[in-house]
Amino acid sequence: MKNPTVVSKSLRVQQWREFWFYFSASKTAVAGLIFLIGVVLMALFADVISPHEPAEQYRQFAKVPPAWKDGGQIQFLLGTDYAGRDMWSRIIHGSRLSLLAGCVVVVLSLSIGVLLGLVAGYRGGWLDSLIMRVMDTIMAVPGLLMALVFVAILGPGLLNAMVAIAITYTPSFVRLTRASTLTELNRDYVTASKMAGARPMRLMFISILPNCMAPLIVQGTLSFSTAILDTAALGFLGMGAQAPMPEWGTLIAENRDLMLSAPWTVTFPGIAILLAVLAINLVGDGLRDALDPKLKRS
Amino acid sequence: MLHFLISRLMLLVPVFFGVTLVAFGFIRVLPGDPVEVLAGERGVSPEKHAEILAQLGFDKPLWQQYFSYLGDILQGDLGVSIITNRPVVEEFFELFPATVELATCAIIFALIIGIPAGIIAATKRGTWVDQGIMGLSLTGYSMPIFWWGLLLIILFSNTLGWTPVSGRLSFIFEVDHVTGFMLIDTLLSDEQGSFWSALHHLILPSVVLGTIPLAVIARQTRSAMLEVLSEDYVRTARAKGLSPFRVIAIHALRNALITVVTVIGLQVALLLAGAILTETIFGWPGIGKWIIFSVFSRDYYAVQGGLLLIAVCVMIVNLIVDLLYGFINPRVLQQRNKT
Repeated sequence: MKNPTVVSKSLRVQQWREFWFYFSASKTAVAGLIFLIGVVLMALFADVISPHEPAEQYRQFAKVPPAWKDGGQIQFLLGTDYAGRDMWSRIIHGSRLSLLAGCVVVVLSLSIGVLLGLVAGYRGGWLDSLIMRVMDTIMAVPGLLMALVFVAILGPGLLNAMVAIAITYTPSFVRLTRASTLTELNRDYVTASKMAGARPMRLMFISILPNCMAPLIVQGTLSFSTAILDTAALGFLGMGAQAPMPEWGTLIAENRDLMLSAPWTVTFPGIAILLAVLAINLVGDGLRDALDPKLKRS
Repeated sequence: MLHFLISRLMLLVPVFFGVTLVAFGFIRVLPGDPVEVLAGERGVSPEKHAEILAQLGFDKPLWQQYFSYLGDILQGDLGVSIITNRPVVEEFFELFPATVELATCAIIFALIIGIPAGIIAATKRGTWVDQGIMGLSLTGYSMPIFWWGLLLIILFSNTLGWTPVSGRLSFIFEVDHVTGFMLIDTLLSDEQGSFWSALHHLILPSVVLGTIPLAVIARQTRSAMLEVLSEDYVRTARAKGLSPFRVIAIHALRNALITVVTVIGLQVALLLAGAILTETIFGWPGIGKWIIFSVFSRDYYAVQGGLLLIAVCVMIVNLIVDLLYGFINPRVLQQRNKT
């Protein structure tokens, strides 16, 4: 106990070890994590990996089937769309948009939600009631419909879709943060730092917030996957990313008319969405098991 | 019970006003002048412009506009669709049964498969059966349902030719509009085979819309079952020598279902969101397709009215679920009454 920073550092390492011990107990969670890292790398190095430019139209190679099918060509691994654009390259570049959308939505809704939840829980009173009733209102409308209405106001586009989806996700973070804040507020350590003269900002963000993180991390991960799904859904409806952006949902929408003559143009973007979302959900389940103290048997 | 009902209703009042504010604000914050937005590309002369502005009440102060809007709502007047020139309420309730029918079939599908799947997974905990069911349900939970719908159409409608691609009923039948629920209307009519046609049209959309609820219900049933199965009274029932089926189906399931009912209630808002996608894919003439059409055709009164009506539906369903929850689990009622 001579040097407090060293102690806290080794404590942190120990916490990480403990977390990893519980997380890695689930093989599926680790598999999901590995796949997810793969997708992130794919998005980061999209320009290097993808064999063609995503928007490059090889007009003479329109609707080429995947390489392993009759008439397939090795340079177009997953086939081409109606304009002769390489599906594999488009899907690789699409991963950037989908992951970006997921990140932006989670960061926006998490930060706004945590702020409002902390204030609501800490302050209480009329401010609490006001915030919670606004959140109830947002929750009374189905998420996708609310997002559609916001996009109708803001105009279609990927950025507006992300903002709209973030708004519909905020209530769940507010509720979680508020509930944890209320439990933490009565703990001795909070009273102690209040006695020591800590100001509300310090109490909220430095004393209370770190102890509410576990459920927020789990909810954040799960929101990340639904954000990808909702962005794709808005793209599919023509309200999100606009063609020719290779967003996965938009890819399905723009190839929908070819669904029967060139099914691969619809199948592969959907598989990409499904696998990415599935991987994130596996990680989310693993995180919940690792972070939920009720399930820990130590 | 009455006390419980009133306290729940009191919570809904501010939410209702919140939703009316959102719906009211929606048309006001649209970029551009409201009259030009409503007139669309045709445009209007300046005199006509001022006249319409006064007629719609846009020249009054905002708070006055809001109160006259509230007054209209309470009289059941949600404005007139710009496209069809019919009252929004009338359009909504004409299409509403189609969505309710679809959502009901979807939830029935989800329950019929989800609850047994969850029970089987719980009783075979840790085996490959459990892992398989849980893997499938996580996949279902991760499914982009608009893509899932297209895949099923490719497979069942086009390759196998088993199910129709879109609509509610084959065009060869003419069925009178009685209840708006096609399954009931076709039974009431004397058209031979129309009921089967309606049922056929329902299968794929119900499966697609029911996929995510199915996954959620299977997962929740499993975890609720696992919790209940470890309780003392279940051990007692087993020790008494009751058959495993009786222990699970009668003693354990009843308590496990309490959790499941809550989950079903939470699914309703999700179902309506899913209906937007499902109805668009299958050309299902319900609320979801209508609202998408309204958004695209800039029929703002329809969007505004639809938003309000759907929110009210969700609120009513949540209220019913809350009451049902209190009914199944009287302990909740007593606890809440005390506080």
